[in-house]
Amino acid sequence: MSSPIQLQPDETFILNVGPQHPATHGVLRVKMEMNGEYIVDAETVIGYIHRMHEKMGEVKTYPQYLMNLSRMDYLGAMGYSHGHVLVVEKAAGIEVPERAEYIRAIMVELNRVASHLFWFGAFVMDLGGFSPLMYALQDREYILDMMEAVTGSRLTYCYFRFGGLYNDIDDDFISAARRFIPRMRKSLKKYHKLVTGNIIFHKRLEGIAPLTKEMCRKYGASSAVARGSGINFDVRKNEPYSVYPEFDFDVPVYHECDSLARYNVRMEEMEQSLRIIEQGLDKLPDGPIMPKKKPKLIKPPAGDYYQAVETARGSFGIRLVSDGTKTPYRLKLRSPTYSNMHLFDEACRGMMIMDALAFMGSLDLVIPEIDR
Amino acid sequence: MSLTLLNVIVAVVIAIAFAAANAAYLVWAERRGAARIQRRPGPNINGPFGLLQPPLDGIKLMAKQLLIPGGADKVLFIAAPVLAMFPAIMSFVTIPFSDSIVAKNMNVGILMIFAFASMGGMSLLFAGWSSRNKYAMMSSVRAVSQAVAYEIPMLITTITVVMIAGSMDLMEIVHQQSASILHWNIFPLLGNSHNILMPFSFLIFFTCTLAETNRAPFDLGEAESELVAGFHTEYGSMGFGLFFMGEYANIVIGSCMTVILFLGGWSCPFGLFPGVWWFLLKLYLLIATFIWIRWTFPRTTIYGLLNLSWKILIPLSLFNLLFTAGLIKVF
Amino acid sequence: MVAYFSEIYNGLISLFIGMGITFKEFFKPTVTVSYPYETLTMCERYRGHIELIENEDGNPNCIVCGLCQRACPSGCISLAGEKPEGEKKKVLTKYILDFTRCSLCGSCVESCNFNAIEYSKEYNLASTRKEDFIFDLLARLEDRNK
Repeated sequence: MSSPIQLQPDETFILNVGPQHPATHGVLRVKMEMNGEYIVDAETVIGYIHRMHEKMGEVKTYPQYLMNLSRMDYLGAMGYSHGHVLVVEKAAGIEVPERAEYIRAIMVELNRVASHLFWFGAFVMDLGGFSPLMYALQDREYILDMMEAVTGSRLTYCYFRFGGLYNDIDDDFISAARRFIPRMRKSLKKYHKLVTGNIIFHKRLEGIAPLTKEMCRKYGASSAVARGSGINFDVRKNEPYSVYPEFDFDVPVYHECDSLARYNVRMEEMEQSLRIIEQGLDKLPDGPIMPKKKPKLIKPPAGDYYQAVETARGSFGIRLVSDGTKTPYRLKLRSPTYSNMHLFDEACRGMMIMDALAFMGSLDLVIPEIDR
Repeated sequence: MSLTLLNVIVAVVIAIAFAAANAAYLVWAERRGAARIQRRPGPNINGPFGLLQPPLDGIKLMAKQLLIPGGADKVLFIAAPVLAMFPAIMSFVTIPFSDSIVAKNMNVGILMIFAFASMGGMSLLFAGWSSRNKYAMMSSVRAVSQAVAYEIPMLITTITVVMIAGSMDLMEIVHQQSASILHWNIFPLLGNSHNILMPFSFLIFFTCTLAETNRAPFDLGEAESELVAGFHTEYGSMGFGLFFMGEYANIVIGSCMTVILFLGGWSCPFGLFPGVWWFLLKLYLLIATFIWIRWTFPRTTIYGLLNLSWKILIPLSLFNLLFTAGLIKVF
Repeated sequence: MVAYFSEIYNGLISLFIGMGITFKEFFKPTVTVSYPYETLTMCERYRGHIELIENEDGNPNCIVCGLCQRACPSGCISLAGEKPEGEKKKVLTKYILDFTRCSLCGSCVESCNFNAIEYSKEYNLASTRKEDFIFDLLARLEDRNK
């Protein structure tokens, strides 16, 4: 007979969560030191799908690197491409027509809604409710269909070009987007009834995993993680870029610091994104989508450029060091989830495993984006 | 003598067949139901409405190799799935489906069913303990604490019903309620207790049945987003199949008990044509509710679950017990 | 005490509201496409793998300038051409797309100044062999013309 697991009362054991675990949504591995159901210590292990995106940035020419950015975060690809085109435009001094700027903003916000919808579904699935995921996917599908008709693909759009866009939007897209806004508002009401109001859901999130302001600052957290802890920081408001100053929208901030606050922030962000899309469609100017004069070969003058954008997952920074050749000297991607994830190690100490995994869901991790 | 032995064998065979058929087709019903709720078609390829899906799944499971993980306790590892199925089948023997359809009626039928029901926790403990997997271990610990916590309010509620009926005989309990819908124990406005709190008792009993059968939102034992698959993480092949069937057989038993104790068994709500069809109708409506609940709610936490039992269900069911005792004394 | 009971009451109500929503969804029609039995047509701008465009004579428009080859970030295009005796333009003799490395970014189509390549609408691409994804576009063009 073999000996079963023997455990003394104050002895701990190591639980290896991942890299193939249903709760980590990807190949993230967490080494948890457990005392029964309680986590004594946790260590996140990353790098399972490291694809050297930063190094690729140094070897590929600027236009060749465009498509890499949408492969970082496959749920909110538009936001990342936006950061990249903005920093290269800044470096090379390319003017962007106004229509292109507006379409970019609309696309990024649509993508943000799609990304948050997927997060919402996956998060509720982490908590054990499966149906909301399917409802969320239906709405997300609507967005993807709309974007596919314009960009030609569903996840890795590669839609932005230096100076403008790959394709212009047509009337079909505009009317579909207009129809989408009331539909999405109705769905949000449904989600609030089905999930937000549910007592089981409330009990699982309220007061769980408090993240203090100091902790968020220490780790450089952004997005709903920081805004759920009372930090009013949104790159779109604090360091405005593109046409965001033209839009009237609020940044939802909650001071409860718990998982429910992070959930509420994201749900409200969807509503705000809908407002931006609505305004963008109203203000959409006519005109070209590519600048008249665009350098044939993009060779930014030597220098150091930085641009931060607010993606669905938080503040994404991209730093470009150019030495005047056709490839960058260095391209640093500051990925928001990378910072958000590292909160997990410290915050989950003393939590029960089910709360810890719910907390992980509330961080909205996308692993390819962490590993880059 | 030989006739009784034959009777028992036939009864057990029918019980096994009923349990297995129910388990197989409830999986189908659950998948179809879940799909409808999520606006998908569900299994619809194999056979009309996908009705051949369960037997094909069964064949697939049987064709697979039963792997026993290294370092596992072999005896317990194999015994656990059998133990999961066995009590459910045994309980069918004493459940009266109608006046005449009952394998062996006993005057302490309730006692027997609860005795077998408490064995269910044991099989989960064995499975988790013997598979030498940390996830399975944690899951079985959860399952046992859950089983202990929910047996108490369940039994207290059952005692309330037994007090009203004055008998532990399942047949007798149904006969008590057979006059009309107002004699059912869920709304006993007529009858001998006039207890207006019985709907709450029903809810408590129903919640406990959900928890006892490890169903969502109390499926902490197999919380797939935390414990991978819980106690049956290491099981494949028919070992997993037996756990799966045991779960559904337990749901049927739990729903049968709810129908008998609260919904008047085979009696008709309007006093017309009492018979087994009424029993089955009520039974499958309850099971549909189980499925409906599973695909609506997220999972509770382990402490939320224990809090619910010890802080809400047990005090309320105890209060109801005393209240009922008082009412019976008065009327 | 009041808080205790009101929490139970509100909790129960919230559960019933949730069940009401799933009950309504139960009777709505399904929204999925059962894929191998029904397929969707791809939208006009769908970006599949590339195909050569032919001119009126059935020959490819391509003049073997090699811009697409240079634009490709992953180096999946390899092409060759030769100049027949007495002709001015080069004629395409080989156009291989290594689809295993292609990420469908569309740089090649954009770089082309001669309207020689387009996106195909094909998306049913599954195989167990790697060789199946090394497309000989010239051969595919001939197949289409047959």
